[in-house]
Amino acid sequence: MGRSDTKCAMSIITNELTFHYGKKAAIDGLSLSIKSGFNVLLGPNGAGKSTLFSMLTGLYQAASGDIKINGYDLNHERSKIMQSMGVVFQQSTLDLDLSVKQNLTYYAALHGISSSQALENISDILSQLQLTQRLNDKVRSLNGGHRRRVEIARALIHQPKVLLLDEATVGLDIDSRKMITEYVGSLSQQLGICVLWATHLIDEIAADDQLIIIDEGKIQAQGISGELCKEHNVADVYQLYRTLTANVEIS
Amino acid sequence: MNNRYLYCFNGIVKREVLRFFQQRSRLLSALVRPLLWLVVFAAGFRAALGVSIMEPYGTYITYQQYITPGLCCMIILFNGMQSSLSMVYDREMGSMKVLLMSPLPRPFLLCCKLIASALLSLLQVVIFLLFAQLVDVDIPLMGYVSSIPAIFLIAFFLGALGLMLSNLIKQLENFAGVMNFVIFPMFFLSSALYPLWKMQEASLWLYWLCQFNPFTACVELLRFALYGQMNILALTTVLIATSIASFFALMSFKPLHGRK
Repeated sequence: MGRSDTKCAMSIITNELTFHYGKKAAIDGLSLSIKSGFNVLLGPNGAGKSTLFSMLTGLYQAASGDIKINGYDLNHERSKIMQSMGVVFQQSTLDLDLSVKQNLTYYAALHGISSSQALENISDILSQLQLTQRLNDKVRSLNGGHRRRVEIARALIHQPKVLLLDEATVGLDIDSRKMITEYVGSLSQQLGICVLWATHLIDEIAADDQLIIIDEGKIQAQGISGELCKEHNVADVYQLYRTLTANVEIS
Repeated sequence: MNNRYLYCFNGIVKREVLRFFQQRSRLLSALVRPLLWLVVFAAGFRAALGVSIMEPYGTYITYQQYITPGLCCMIILFNGMQSSLSMVYDREMGSMKVLLMSPLPRPFLLCCKLIASALLSLLQVVIFLLFAQLVDVDIPLMGYVSSIPAIFLIAFFLGALGLMLSNLIKQLENFAGVMNFVIFPMFFLSSALYPLWKMQEASLWLYWLCQFNPFTACVELLRFALYGQMNILALTTVLIATSIASFFALMSFKPLHGRK
């Protein structure tokens, strides 16, 4: 069973989304349907990945179109969606002057969860991510890989059904990247959550992953990575990407 | 209150307090600035600026005594602006996203931020007043109690003003402008350092600017509260100013709209 196969049916559906920065369309009539499992959003810098994430998390409001997550409309049922959504942003959002534990409990509090409940919720996750020993360390003293792990643990604290990760492995060494991609992949299988993993690193994509290629604010292709390659008669994801986008700014 | 809201409120207050005590220089500068005014500036101007008998004081008072409420409001003003600075920082560093991702209503989250900031202001003002006793500023014991709601209201107003400004300021570097265009005009165009009748003698238009400055109402509200009295006009003005600032502060936290 691949990491895109799961038991439950969580979903993200967007319909004809548009978003402009001034006159430039960052998202241009984007319609998307994502089921639970490990879904990769691949696109070059400036393709609209981060803007799409900001819209899915309610930080940006679409000029037109609508977003439904697990059946809830983002415009009217934001609270219900946020209760079941975990996010790891591209830029670190940890408070450097607070300890790991203080960062985690602060996030839990924002979700209306007590400190003790929060730590109980993620005790297994903390040990799997090798963070148990670092709970009282200040985030400032952690390296990039550990900081990312803390952000992943934090995003899971309220047991979300949807997990969004925006270029979560950028700037990390090979071991940290491998550990994080494998861990998140296993989460989507074991917990049946819907993972949307935005990246521009092709080696993070497995042949059986659900792949969505985005460029210039539009979906260029969506399907199982291996099948898409066959469909377009190309040898690998890099060739697929080259075929579907004009941009070659990718690793 | 629903437990979720209570946990959230506690979490936000705890974070603000933790951050405040980790930035020891912030506490130090919050106290040193008004103490310098009280000890050095007031001593120098004591002879030049005699203050006649005026409400709420029952007798002649020293200049130190006169400027103490203004300096307390200065502490609150700086703390409010410091909080807004930290909001700009949070936005640049991305931690504002974490706050706004909470499933709880945004107005509630921002109110928690304001209350946390008000609690920190209260703490700093109390420490300052204890120091002020050392330079013969005489505050009745009951004044400490009766001024708590006034300090809290003023802090809420100035915090909301800071919150509103923090959304207008797009970059951290632009915050220096706030010092020049908000903090200093608000402070100097008020009754913090001189009674307004003295300003009226010097310039009528400046006098009216001072009269319409809500910070004057803050200073007068606290001046009366420190002596167990209530200045209804000042209270009404601060309440109206708080409502307006809170409304605009909350409105300014809407998601970015992607219209053309």
